[in-house]
Amino acid sequence: MSEWDPKIVAFCCNWCSYAGADLAGVSRMQYPPNARVIRVMCTGRLEPEFILRAFELGADGVLVAGCHIGDCHYVSGNERAVEKIAMTAELLDVLGIDKRRLRLEWISASEGRIFADTMKDFVDKIKELGPSPAKGAVK
Amino acid sequence: MSDDEKRIGVFICHCGSNIAGFVDVPAVTEYVKTLPDVVFATRNLYTCADDGLTSIRESIKEHKLNRVVVAACTPRTHAPLFQGVCQEAGLNKYLFTFVNIRDQCSWVHMKEKEKATEKAKDLLRMGVARARLLQPQEEARVGVTSAAVVIGGGVAGMSAALSIADQGFPVRLVEKESELGGFVRQLSSIYQDRKDAGSVLKSIIDRVKGNPNIELFLNSEVTAAEGFVGNYDIVIDTKGKERKDKVGVIVLATGTKEYIPKGLYGYGQSPNIVTLTEFEGLVKARKLPKMSSIAFIQCVGARGQDKTYCSRICCNVSLKNAMNLAENYKNVLGLEEAGAATEAATPMEAPAEGGERRRGRRGRRGGAEGSEEETTLAGPKLEIVIFNRDIMAYGIEHELTYNKAREKRVRLVRYTPKNLPQVSVEDGKLVIDYYHETLQMQRKMSPDMIVLATPLTAQADAKDISMMLKVPVGQDGFFLEAHVKLRPVDFATDGIYVCGTCKGPADITEAVSQGIAAASRACIPLARGYVQPEALSAYVDSDVCSGCGTCIEVCPFSAIRKNEQGKAEVTIAACKGCGNCGATCPENAIFMNCYSDEQLLAEAKAALQEVKG
Repeated sequence: MSEWDPKIVAFCCNWCSYAGADLAGVSRMQYPPNARVIRVMCTGRLEPEFILRAFELGADGVLVAGCHIGDCHYVSGNERAVEKIAMTAELLDVLGIDKRRLRLEWISASEGRIFADTMKDFVDKIKELGPSPAKGAVK
Repeated sequence: MSDDEKRIGVFICHCGSNIAGFVDVPAVTEYVKTLPDVVFATRNLYTCADDGLTSIRESIKEHKLNRVVVAACTPRTHAPLFQGVCQEAGLNKYLFTFVNIRDQCSWVHMKEKEKATEKAKDLLRMGVARARLLQPQEEARVGVTSAAVVIGGGVAGMSAALSIADQGFPVRLVEKESELGGFVRQLSSIYQDRKDAGSVLKSIIDRVKGNPNIELFLNSEVTAAEGFVGNYDIVIDTKGKERKDKVGVIVLATGTKEYIPKGLYGYGQSPNIVTLTEFEGLVKARKLPKMSSIAFIQCVGARGQDKTYCSRICCNVSLKNAMNLAENYKNVLGLEEAGAATEAATPMEAPAEGGERRRGRRGRRGGAEGSEEETTLAGPKLEIVIFNRDIMAYGIEHELTYNKAREKRVRLVRYTPKNLPQVSVEDGKLVIDYYHETLQMQRKMSPDMIVLATPLTAQADAKDISMMLKVPVGQDGFFLEAHVKLRPVDFATDGIYVCGTCKGPADITEAVSQGIAAASRACIPLARGYVQPEALSAYVDSDVCSGCGTCIEVCPFSAIRKNEQGKAEVTIAACKGCGNCGATCPENAIFMNCYSDEQLLAEAKAALQEVKG
């Protein structure tokens, strides 16, 4: 178990991306088991604090996945998410955490394939970046 | 037991082998028992089956559980079931939480059992962490607009509209084309008794048109839909003229189109190579050419050739047409006088000569296999061959038709995907070069007509509708129901239902059944008159609120206003619990009922916790 395997927290909105993840499952699309999904009603629910805390607690990457713009179950929640995630990325930069460790994706309920591909791609990218420097910085 | 004492019960589902085949469920169960506040953990073969539900119900009482965690499939389909059981056992349904270890674990990590098991443990740790922080909630009631919209006026949509209308609710039936009937309009006859499709359709259309509760919109589309179960604002566009409307429920029945086999089996090279539906059209218009032999090729573009799936109905449609030709060939070919045309459903006299010859040869042995290559024809003038991978004449009636077709000397010739029949057009003559699996020989035939049985496919605009209503389509573009077995006409989103061929190939019987089923589901909120949206709303702590108004700005539903004290206040019935206000409040004065900061952070913490051993 000594070999490092990235830990990823994925915040998925209930209406699109969580459903997209379900579809990937129903379609038996295989992807790496690194991510732990936390279901939220809307990506607009996410506070920058949640993401910073996740890095502090040892996440090597954080994925935020929601409905496509114009397609939000709550009309404009994902537009709020865009603003917040952009701001959070700047904060990560200041803290010396590579921005690429935070990713925002739009994955609809019908895009199981995109969910699976996103998982694969994100895990690959995080593997290239190596373990997060923030891990263990705060106990 | 103090009020604060948490007593969590965890139920882990094997889902047959769907979970247990790829995750070590016993190990996960043992692990869960070590988690804080878990007083009971068990595993079930199917937690959603009767004994699983009973085990939840009884354990709540026996172990005085005040929090329940089920680790199984997805909350999107099964949460209401388990919440209902909790409630039956006297536990507020908001003290239940769901952990998805199937769709998002066992099914997507099928080749790494060890890692999938670790992930399942992590997910359960997260679920238990969340469960510890759950609080009971009360639900508000919201009124329902007592009307439905049905999108699509084929047999499924019309059946749904009629059924809703007959139960006393107004229905808007929206059809894209200039007339009702959908796909069936193209057909000549429907199978089993080969009744004239037009007259079957007419009887439904007449009932729709005569129903005072149904308002018909032809040449129309629903171009916008906003809202939630019981309260949808929709826009119906009729040739550019828009009508804004309110409905409580939406039924989707947008139908299908036939796959066009471009580049397959000589399609397009001869007017006598047609698809099954084009063939139906020719029969209907009585425009079939005179012929002495005809070949059907099954599974064209289906089952891996292009589309992955089996279209279900084509075997039966080809058998129906073969039987129609065999029994009725003069009429079908338009050789009869005009008067007979209207009686296409009445079988003509079977060709006496052919019939006798058949009986003479086969005697009473019945079903002598291997004789199909003999030259006896379906009729004295018509040779009928069905090239197939395997005939799927499912159900009692279809199996009988299949047997009858064999009796009528319809030749059923098998091919394999490795050895497809080759079609060529030589000087206008059709040639099929095929490998006969039974005889193990290369053979040739020159039919006068080739009919390609192609699958039903998703409509081109299915994706747009899926985006508009926020409901999913699957890999093949068909709409995807909430659960293939348990909720076949629901979407995961309450208030929207699906029926007919827009959710996959179906015959008329099935489309009608589904239409009626969708109607019965759709009528539940209409009949009840109210819906109880989940208690997901936001609450403002007025002691902390500074009255800055940021939350009012970000709320997509105008559900927050300032009260007399200048503090933010949430209108519970209008709040949908998205949490945008909670995430934006600079004072942290807004609390989200079921997705609180504490709960989400506890989940994140549990997800990232290092586990020893």
